[in-house]
Amino acid sequence: MSFQILLNVFLAFLLMFLTSNYTPSGFVIGYILGLISIIVLRKFFKSRLYITRVWAVIKLIILFIKELILANISVLVLVLKPKLQMQPAFFKYDTQLKNDWEITLLSSLITLTPGTVVVHVSDDSKSLFIHVIDSNDIDETIDSIKNSFEKAILEVSRS
Amino acid sequence: MTILANILVIFFISVGLIFIAVTAIGLFRLPDLYTRAHAASKSSTLGVMCILLGVFFHFWLNEGHFNPGILLGILFLFITGPVGAHIMSRSSYLAGVKPWKGTVRDDLKEEFERMKKEQGIK
Repeated sequence: MSFQILLNVFLAFLLMFLTSNYTPSGFVIGYILGLISIIVLRKFFKSRLYITRVWAVIKLIILFIKELILANISVLVLVLKPKLQMQPAFFKYDTQLKNDWEITLLSSLITLTPGTVVVHVSDDSKSLFIHVIDSNDIDETIDSIKNSFEKAILEVSRS
Repeated sequence: MTILANILVIFFISVGLIFIAVTAIGLFRLPDLYTRAHAASKSSTLGVMCILLGVFFHFWLNEGHFNPGILLGILFLFITGPVGAHIMSRSSYLAGVKPWKGTVRDDLKEEFERMKKEQGIK
């Protein structure tokens, strides 16, 4: 992936030197033409095109912001309700992510989703222990949300 | 244009203030440390982020001064807010803070018992 980005920058500089146009706009035009040539030659690279991974990162950021806003609205409703009714619980969640940065990202995403805080990551980093604020109705929805997060992170890290 | 900019600034700052007030009320009302960590980690992160965005838009649109330091501050808050909540609740569980009596399920207890047995702590 980083090789493709470096190649793209190199092609942009090549085009700048060919046209002797040393301005930012010349760099941008060269970058776009280099991107097109990389897309045309994509079957010669071992990993997938880096532009799809950039798109996956953008989707993950949008998901992150959306979940943050939803989480805050649910906390607001919970705190301002006249009667506190909740059933906190600690539960175990088995993850299939391998790398350390993926697990860090997943746990900070879970901490910012509605009603969940990661309390402990096990030593073999295969399971996360999550404190959930209302266990009776949220359990299944949380599992589905986390499947979407985990899928989005796997989408980014897939080579 | 100025009216639009002012509406944007006032919207962001008032939303941030509402969320910070919710954080304070939540720290009062919720029963134990772990449920308070929910209120403290989420609402305060978004509240401070909204206020910083309001300040950023005020100086950019009304004063004509683009300050990227504020955007970096928002990014750092984004990264450090959840990690702080995680570290505080984990260390207080290790130190033996009991969860609220209404807590229904506790998978974490067995895990910590096992960890203590392995490391030879009583």
